[in-house]
Amino acid sequence: MATAALSTVQLAPGQAAWRRFRRHRLALAGAVIILVLVLGSAFGPYLLPFDDTYIDIMKRFAPPLSGAHILGTDELGRDVLARLMMGGRVSLSIGIVAMVIAMAVGIAVGAFAGFYGGVVGAVLMRLVDAVLCFPTIFLLLALAALTEPGLVTTTVLIAATAWMAVARVVEAQVRSLREREFAVAALAFGSSNLRIMFRELVPNAIAPIVVAATLNVAKAILLESYVSYLGYGIQPPAASWGNMLNNAQIYLTSAPWLAIAPGLAITLAVTSFNFLGDGLRDALDPRMNIP
Amino acid sequence: MARYVVNRLAQAIMLLVIVSGIGFAILHMAPGGPLSQFAASAQMTQEDLDRVTKQLGLDRPLPIQYLDWFGRMLKGDWGRSYRDGEAVLSVISSHLGATLELMATATIIAVLLGCWIGILGALRRYSLFDMLATVGGMIALSIPTFWFGLVTIYVFSVKLGWLPAGNRQTVGDGSFLDLLHHLIAPAMVLALVETAMWGRFMRSSMLEVINQDYIRTARAKGMPEWRILTVHALRNALLPMITVAGLQFPTLLGGALVAETVFTWPGMGRLFLDSIGYRDYPVVMGILMFSATMVLIGSLLADIFYAVVDPRIRVG
Repeated sequence: MATAALSTVQLAPGQAAWRRFRRHRLALAGAVIILVLVLGSAFGPYLLPFDDTYIDIMKRFAPPLSGAHILGTDELGRDVLARLMMGGRVSLSIGIVAMVIAMAVGIAVGAFAGFYGGVVGAVLMRLVDAVLCFPTIFLLLALAALTEPGLVTTTVLIAATAWMAVARVVEAQVRSLREREFAVAALAFGSSNLRIMFRELVPNAIAPIVVAATLNVAKAILLESYVSYLGYGIQPPAASWGNMLNNAQIYLTSAPWLAIAPGLAITLAVTSFNFLGDGLRDALDPRMNIP
Repeated sequence: MARYVVNRLAQAIMLLVIVSGIGFAILHMAPGGPLSQFAASAQMTQEDLDRVTKQLGLDRPLPIQYLDWFGRMLKGDWGRSYRDGEAVLSVISSHLGATLELMATATIIAVLLGCWIGILGALRRYSLFDMLATVGGMIALSIPTFWFGLVTIYVFSVKLGWLPAGNRQTVGDGSFLDLLHHLIAPAMVLALVETAMWGRFMRSSMLEVINQDYIRTARAKGMPEWRILTVHALRNALLPMITVAGLQFPTLLGGALVAETVFTWPGMGRLFLDSIGYRDYPVVMGILMFSATMVLIGSLLADIFYAVVDPRIRVG
């Protein structure tokens, strides 16, 4: 009786969303794994006696659990766990920073296109369509080949190839929200267009934006691993999850652990962000729930 | 119908113009612009460079250069490779077959497997199979393709010794069985992500259809379940998959690049990466434009084909 009565009580939207999210076990697991990866990358290196770039030729190719090196050492005798943690800093940071840039561009383009519509909207959205015609990896590699590789370039280029999906989401939202009463009211009050766009319309589209942002981090981490694996992203001696796999193929027969650890880390991080995005989608907007 | 096709064609042409504009902009972003090859050579003096600039018309205003470049692209003159001076289009076409072979095989695997998983998942919603397929699909979408390739090589080539670790054929062999033997691993790797995508879309499309009124009507009039599923549900659930095929094309091309790199498959993706390594900008640009055009044509064909099989679309 008590529970039946409780369930009819109207919950605050935030509370209801939190309940729906909690039900999504995989999203919760994803959030926990992300937290562990972030904390491990942030503080782990301080707990290890090894430096991620310290080369020890005498201890090359030590297999995992064969002494002090928990995950073994690589072809230059560097500690794999230390590199994994430092690489995590790079890969996760790129994932998040690239997401922020991509969101900023995507939201701006989407908001302008959705709000003004007409020629402005059509031109902006056709631009989005046109960039989407290029397979992401081809575009990313072509741009990376024209620039000096590094942390900043890699981040910016990943953002440059990942903003279009966000723009599409925001454009559709803003276009439909623009006609709603609160937007019309704001216009009648004499609010400026910019104010209506970014103070009224975009905040009301926050649910799909948050979902898109989460999925965008997953995509950015994946893209970093691709460009760095192919040699056009983060350059050694700095470690990233992608470039740790760069040489792994050569030593696949003799030292398979070099390929396993970073690959698992990438898969774990990307899967977690994808599940988190899925859970957020279910939690924030039940209507968006894809069966 | 004709109006829809013309409309869609006009859109595609407009997109092609924008796509070429982006390509042209990237070309001019290259260090030294279109002259990078000559600029890098120590034998070229500044005077020589100026002369070549004039000869190639690179001193003209950018819009005119663009029109000239676009016109030549349309005529099939895509420039020459820096590496061996061969025409870019013929370099690309000599590598295209291997890529198409890989992509087609992976697509066949992905469509059959993905649709089967998706349909079964939808019919037995929230069953153990459905749960495993959904979670597995999400993991498959998250695994870096190249890493899955490395794992495949490690397991099937290094440990088990069943499959070759790369290349399209054994030197001096090249029989059908030999080709097939080399194709299995890269096609499987490329098919992983595709299968997950097809499974996801197929599941939601099927779920949408089986909750429609006409399915209930069919049940009400006592039609056997297998007939409802195959004749009524499946036929309609498969329609949106045409769009999925079009949407999936860029991902498929990108995946092919990665799979070709891991398995040293002599296709367009590997050519692209080699060309980047050699700073062979004409070929890089050529492949970039070629793949974008393929994507454009792919989505155009998907849209038109969809309109042919589903009359509701033509109106909208």
